[in-house]
Amino acid sequence: MNLLAAVGRVFLSFLEHTGRLSVFTAVALSHCLRPPIYHRLIGRQMLEIGYFSLPVVGLTAIFTGMVLALQSHTGFARFQAEGAVATVVVISMTRELGPVLAGLMVAGRIGAAMAAEIGTMQVTEQIDALATLSTNPYKYLVAPRLIAGILMVPCLVLIADIIGVFGGFLVGAYQLGYNPATYIHSTWEYLKPIDVLSGLVKASVFGFVISLMGCYNGYHSRGGAQGVGQATTNAVVSASILILTTNYVLTALFFNK
Amino acid sequence: MTDQPKIQLIDVHKSFGPKTVLDGVTVDIARGESFVIIGGSGTGKSVTLKCILGLMRPDRGRILVDGEDVVDMSARDHERVMKKFGMLFQGGALFDSLPVWENVAFGLIQGLRMDRRKARKKAVEKLAQVGLAADVADLSPSELSGGMQKRVALARAIAAEPEIIFFDEPTTGLDPIMADVINDLIVKCVKELGATAVSITHDMHSARKISDRMAMLYHGRLIWTGATVDVDRADNPYVDQFIHGRADGPIKMELRR
Ligand SMILES: Nc1ncnc2c1ncn2[C@@H]1O[C@H](COP(=O)(O)OP(=O)(O)OP(=O)(O)O)[C@@H](O)[C@H]1O
Ligand SMILES: [Mg+2]
Repeated sequence: MNLLAAVGRVFLSFLEHTGRLSVFTAVALSHCLRPPIYHRLIGRQMLEIGYFSLPVVGLTAIFTGMVLALQSHTGFARFQAEGAVATVVVISMTRELGPVLAGLMVAGRIGAAMAAEIGTMQVTEQIDALATLSTNPYKYLVAPRLIAGILMVPCLVLIADIIGVFGGFLVGAYQLGYNPATYIHSTWEYLKPIDVLSGLVKASVFGFVISLMGCYNGYHSRGGAQGVGQATTNAVVSASILILTTNYVLTALFFNK
Repeated sequence: MTDQPKIQLIDVHKSFGPKTVLDGVTVDIARGESFVIIGGSGTGKSVTLKCILGLMRPDRGRILVDGEDVVDMSARDHERVMKKFGMLFQGGALFDSLPVWENVAFGLIQGLRMDRRKARKKAVEKLAQVGLAADVADLSPSELSGGMQKRVALARAIAAEPEIIFFDEPTTGLDPIMADVINDLIVKCVKELGATAVSITHDMHSARKISDRMAMLYHGRLIWTGATVDVDRADNPYVDQFIHGRADGPIKMELRR
């Protein structure tokens, strides 16, 4: 009997959250499209997400590219396929590792910051104050973050792709002894536009998911510092899980023909 | 039409879970009057203001502003009605990401679309009215003392010269002289700008000075409403105990050991 009640409670709370999130998303998206649009705020968020995340994302990308080259070299040596190293590096970077790893890093950096900032504003009544000053909080706080996320994460991922491939090249050419010209040639040879494009579309979706989770969890945080801390954790965890699941779905949509 | 009340509350109820906070509040507040709500801590004074502003939804009852029901209004209409209001939050609720002057000018820039330079000039003027020098304009709210923050919040509430202004404990945390300056400022807002003011205060000196009428909230109802000049002749033991601040009387503080 108790078990049943507990399961019921969890299920009801799940439904409540899903409903609340759907309404939140719909309202936020409608404000992204309707004027007035706050260019200044969008600019600030783009700087925050795009520019200030560059060091973390760049570091992640270069080491991922390097380790990819190293791993595929030693792995492929078992069946004399070392020639495929450059192709493996570029395709794994652009299709999967660029978007997913950059997405996860940005989720940790930006999703947490958004949840903490908006959560603090919620518990100190700053969001209520916005409403009394003829400013819609969705338009002022949420829409700029969503727009900036959708636009900037793909830019970050494009840069991550380039840096990652470069990292692979460094290891390939200077440590594993491949001919640099051949390595560059085979990087380009099998790369198709869809590899890069699918990665950028994923990045855009991840950017949306990160901003949405940051804003949603911040907006619904309750009860002081502890509530804000909880919201921050939830924002990062839920964004990360959603990134991994939507990544699978998107991959299936793009390549599973 | 001229004698239509500015704000009307009709049998407003609000509970949080099992806890009933408002239990049938009914009151008419006339255009251009200064109304003060007194009552013990935690009796729901702030909740009453938030219900009128639509920041909380009453469980039952009607709230009319200029004859329009604001409880079941579309979001668009609600935004229009909100333009009539200014609110001083009990905790200040200043935007800590913006400098002091932008806090004060917020409603001018966002709501009235005023040019930033002009808005800044107006903000400095308003800061002077609450006794703050122009050099605080560029500080961040976190660099101010509690009383200074309260005055900045007050300047923000009145900056756009709204028709209806709510002051939630405007003089709490101020020294007696500054408190009196603020009292004069509130009186001036009502007398010169013709605003309708609803204030909450525990400070009986301030309450007598700023109000035309008073009401006392106790156990979720307004147990006494009347002209300020009559408060000493209220012939209501609750009001009598409250305005004289006596520990014993019909109001028992919940001090059980
Ligand atoms: N968001 C909320 N969730 C749950 N309970 C709340 C909420 N806001 C207020 N309350 C409860 O409502 C009651 C009234 O709160 P309110 O803030 O209106 O008190 P108040 O009369 O303004 O008191 P004070 O003079 O101390 O400011 C309190 O007991 C509080 O616990
Ligand atoms: Mg209060």
